[in-house]
Amino acid sequence: MDVYLPIANLSVNAFVIVLLGGGVGILSGMFGVGGGFLTTPLLIVYGIPPTVAAATSASQVTGSSVSGVLAHVGRKGVDMKMGVVLVIGGIVGTIAGGWLFALLQATGQIDTVIALIYVVLLGGIGGLMAMESLQAIAVLRGATPRRPRKRRHHPMIAALPFRTRFYASGLYISPLAPLLLGFFTGILTVLLGVGGGFVMVPAMLYLLGMSTAVVVGTSLFQTLFVTVIATMVHATTTKAVDIVLAVLLLVGSVAGAQIGARFGTRIKPEYLRLLLAVMVLAVAVRMAVGLGWRPPEIYSVDLL
Amino acid sequence: MKRRAWPLALLAPLLVSAEKPTLVPDVSQRDIEIAYSFTGAELLLFGAILYPGGRIPDAKDEPAEVVVVVKGPTQSILLREKQKIAGIWINAASMRFRSAPSFYAIASPEPIAKLVDARTRAIYELGLDSLQLSPASTAPIAEQTRFAEGLVDVRHRAGLYVEEPEAVEITDGVLYRARIAIPARVPVGKFTAETFLIQDGRVLAAAVRDIDIRKSGFERFVASAAENASILYGLTAVVLSVALGWFAGWVARRI
Repeated sequence: MDVYLPIANLSVNAFVIVLLGGGVGILSGMFGVGGGFLTTPLLIVYGIPPTVAAATSASQVTGSSVSGVLAHVGRKGVDMKMGVVLVIGGIVGTIAGGWLFALLQATGQIDTVIALIYVVLLGGIGGLMAMESLQAIAVLRGATPRRPRKRRHHPMIAALPFRTRFYASGLYISPLAPLLLGFFTGILTVLLGVGGGFVMVPAMLYLLGMSTAVVVGTSLFQTLFVTVIATMVHATTTKAVDIVLAVLLLVGSVAGAQIGARFGTRIKPEYLRLLLAVMVLAVAVRMAVGLGWRPPEIYSVDLL
Repeated sequence: MKRRAWPLALLAPLLVSAEKPTLVPDVSQRDIEIAYSFTGAELLLFGAILYPGGRIPDAKDEPAEVVVVVKGPTQSILLREKQKIAGIWINAASMRFRSAPSFYAIASPEPIAKLVDARTRAIYELGLDSLQLSPASTAPIAEQTRFAEGLVDVRHRAGLYVEEPEAVEITDGVLYRARIAIPARVPVGKFTAETFLIQDGRVLAAAVRDIDIRKSGFERFVASAAENASILYGLTAVVLSVALGWFAGWVARRI
């Protein structure tokens, strides 16, 4: 069934988009990530203009994080104080991101920057995750575990002023650190249409040293609010949010997320993380190839 | 009726001449509405050639040919060119064109270059190599040509610039018909369908019909809401995504 997208100005096969949303939803439910890092590139490959893809996939991440946030709040898996600080940083970041987006669009570099950030971030984080999960799997198979790293925050963060207590995270640190983290993730959300969980979770664990019990819930909490703001920023600045595309994606992804969440509990978390790492690396490699290869069309049109 | 009268008035000198044949053109659709299931449209352009005194030329004369051009509204655009810099392909050069047609399709009975010379093609904008793009640039002609060819190539790949060299049929020397496909990606606005009668490399007659392409119903509502009520539009998108996400969670807890 073909459906015309009124903002993207082209018609797409509705089933393909719902299935795409469903596939991303299953993965996001399994791994507890928003899945935006898959939606945006897949939409671009399908032929949706990059701006519309980034603007619209943010609202899909909102949809797939709602039920996760509610579940984590229910079992006290969210550090509300930390979450609020992250969201404030995120709001400032989305606004800065919106400005950066407009600037890059005007100079014609937005597509290259989006692709470069994907390659660097996904490549780096995917690599780290792959190594970490391979070590964990080796331990499962009988290797002697390394001495567990003592949970503590990065020394640079300890040097920041205005320390305060985050009880649920078990931290006594300056709110500037999570504020900056939120700010950075907010920029990513606007530029890439991702929730930023794949940056946030490792940063919370290894830079802030947060208690693992609240990491995923607090990250989802921030994702929910910041993707909402990012959708608003796009709706008012780039005007590229396609509500028809968003609904098609959401129908697939919210259903997929529930299925994925049930799947996820049946697989050992170490293997799950390795699988996610492989996927993240695959997207990074695909993007890198796209940058280096001579594109089939070296010209592009911007309307004035 | 009045709205369509003025392009004809411009062509009046061509039409009233008693010695030359005239064209009576028509289009299968004067309005194309883009609705939710729009996947493109097929325009049938047809009509008759009226020879003075009703005399149809004999077979030994060079036959008159009909060429049909459908044009979309012109746009002011910036064309960017990627170059390989430090191992990656990035946008490095650009050129502005003030009057690039958003859609251009030409249908002719044989390749247009065989029918008329380059000068006539340039005057009437016949053929993808003869578009009046108005580059806003002081760059050398070779560079302007490279960019113009780039623009034609981009839009040709997107199905927006089309040349159909064997798409006009003429029956008994009088009736003609041509089909032109309008893809789903076309922009909205006022399109024109121009018909040219060509004999011995000269344009004998020309006529214009307007075609209106617009979004209708829900699609128009969504597009105008996104443009004019962007805050409300954004809030709607947010509420929809939160509601759908929450609803799916609610359903899942009950299964």
